[in-house]
Amino acid sequence: MRETDLAIIGAGPAGMAAASEAANAGIATILIDEQPTVGGQIYRDVQRVAPLRGAMLGQDYLDGLPLARAVANPLISHIAGAVVWQVETDGTITYSIDDQSHQVKASRILIATGAIERPMPLPGWTLPGVMTVGAGQILLKQSGLIPNRAVLVGCGPLLYVLASQMLKANTPPLAIIETQTTGDLMAAMKHVGGALRGWRYLLKGSKLLAALKLGGVKRYTGARNISIEGEEAVTGVSFDTGGKRQIIACDTALLHHGVVPNVQISRALQLDHDWNGQQACFSPKLDLWGKSSEAGIFIAGDGAGIGGAKAAALCGRLSALKIANELGKLTDAELAAKAAPINAELSSECAARPFLDRAYPPFREALSPRDETIVCRCEEVTAGDIRKAAALGCQGPNQLKAFLRAGMGPCQGRGCGLTVSALFAEETGKPIAEVGYFKIRSPLKPITLGELASLEKDAD
Amino acid sequence: MKTASGFNTIGEAAEQAALVPVQFDSKDYMLPEGANLAASLLAAGVSVFRNTPASGAPRGPFCMMGVCYDCLVEIDGVTRQACQTQVSANMQVSKPAIPAAALREDDHA
Repeated sequence: MRETDLAIIGAGPAGMAAASEAANAGIATILIDEQPTVGGQIYRDVQRVAPLRGAMLGQDYLDGLPLARAVANPLISHIAGAVVWQVETDGTITYSIDDQSHQVKASRILIATGAIERPMPLPGWTLPGVMTVGAGQILLKQSGLIPNRAVLVGCGPLLYVLASQMLKANTPPLAIIETQTTGDLMAAMKHVGGALRGWRYLLKGSKLLAALKLGGVKRYTGARNISIEGEEAVTGVSFDTGGKRQIIACDTALLHHGVVPNVQISRALQLDHDWNGQQACFSPKLDLWGKSSEAGIFIAGDGAGIGGAKAAALCGRLSALKIANELGKLTDAELAAKAAPINAELSSECAARPFLDRAYPPFREALSPRDETIVCRCEEVTAGDIRKAAALGCQGPNQLKAFLRAGMGPCQGRGCGLTVSALFAEETGKPIAEVGYFKIRSPLKPITLGELASLEKDAD
Repeated sequence: MKTASGFNTIGEAAEQAALVPVQFDSKDYMLPEGANLAASLLAAGVSVFRNTPASGAPRGPFCMMGVCYDCLVEIDGVTRQACQTQVSANMQVSKPAIPAAALREDDHA
C-alpha cells in the first residue's frame, strides 16, 4: 500500500492551500479529488477557465488561480478523478479511479470536502429544470452555460453573485424570488459592527445589488408559499409576496438558501459533531487547528463550518502548519509565529459572517416542508410520510431508513439528512442535537462489485 | 449540432474542443470531447436524464457536483453520474433501466 505523511481529501480552497503549506514545510502530501482538475466547486477548473471567462466570473473566482498553481509542487501528488469511498481511523483511504480501487495510508488525514447546498425541499423541486444555484454556477464556470429563461429562488449572497454574472453575459435571470424579509435585515443590524470590520463584503453586496437594479433584474422579497410549477418539467414558479399571488413563467428554477458542511466522511468516521444553531447545521467538533475528536484526523474549510472560500484557505493553512508541527517539521515557536498572521486574517475574514447568517436565514417553509412535498429525492419520501412515521413511534432518522427507505437511495442521505432530522425534532419536540443524524457507512459513494473486487488486485 | 436547448453557451468558440459522436437514448449528438457530460447534454437540449425507480418520475441534473445522483445515466452498460463524467467519442448513453419490480404502485398517488 502506498504510504504518505499527509493525505488531503478535496482540492478546493482549503485542500489546495493546505497542500502547498504542507509541501513548503517539507511534508510529502497526496491531494485526492473527484474532479479532473483542482479548484473544488468555488474555483472549478480555474486554470483552464480563467483565460476564457475570467472577466465575467470576476476577481473572486480568479483568486483561485494562485492556489491552483501552487499545487504544482514536487512534494504534492495530485490524484485526480478519484472517488473516495472509505476512510478509516488508522489513516487508510480507499478510492476508486476509472473503476479500479486503490488504497493509501497516511500518518495524517485532512478532510477538505467543503459544503453542499442546504436541501431546499419545495413542492415541485424534483422536476427537470430545477437545479441549485451552485449547479448554475458550476455550469457557467466549467461549461460556459447559462439558462436562457431562469428564475433564482431563495436567499443569500450567492443569488446576487450568479445573477450579476448572468447579467454580464447578457442573459439575466427573469427574476430573483427572495425569501428573506425586512425583519431579517433589521435583526441582522445588531451584528453590523462585526460586518463593518468585514466591510469589503458589505460593499461587494451593495455593488452587486446596484448592478442588478441597473440591469433591470426584478427582485421580490419576503416570498412565501413558493411552489415550482410543471408536470414533466418546470414551467414556472408561484409565490405570495406583498399579499398577492404571483407566477413567473420560466424553463429553469435555481434554488439556494445557504450551504452546509458536507459531513459524509466525518460522520462515517463517527467523529463528534455539534449542532450549530446560528448556521442551522451539524458540524464536526474541532479545535482551533481543525483537529477532530480522532487523533490524526483534521478537517478544514466549509466542511468544518461555513466561512467561505477565503476563510477555507486560511483554515487549510492552519491545519497544515499544525500537522507539520506534529510531524516534527516545525517547532512550537515556528508554528506560533507562522499561525499568528493567518489567524488575524481569519478573524477579519469571518467578521461579516454573523451578519450574513442573520440577514439571510434558511427559508422556513423548506426547513419544515408541507406534507405533500418530497423530502428524500432518491426514494420519493414526502414530509407527510416522515411526520406519520414519527407519530407512529419511529425512533429517529436511522430507524426511518427501515420504515420508509429515506436516506437509503444512491445519494445516501446527502439531500435529505438535515430535513429528516429537523422533521423528527419538530414532531417529537426533542432538540435536533438529540435527534441526531443518519449513521453514514462505507462505501461513501455507490461502487460496483468489480470496484470492490479490484482492491485485492491492487494489493498484489 | 445545435438543438433547441434552454441554455445559452458563451465563449464556445474559444474552447476549441473537437466534437465527437455520442448517443443518448438512441439519438445521435455531437458533443465537445472532454467536456462535462451532463452539461453537454443539457446544452444539446436533453433535459430528462432518467426516470426514478420509485415512481417513474422524470429527473435531470440538479446539483452538478456529484451529490444528488439525479443525473444518473447508463454509459456503455454501467450506471454513472453524468455530471462526474467527461465526454468521450462513441459513448453509448441511455436512461438507466428500471427493474420492473422496483416500480411501487402505491407511489403513483
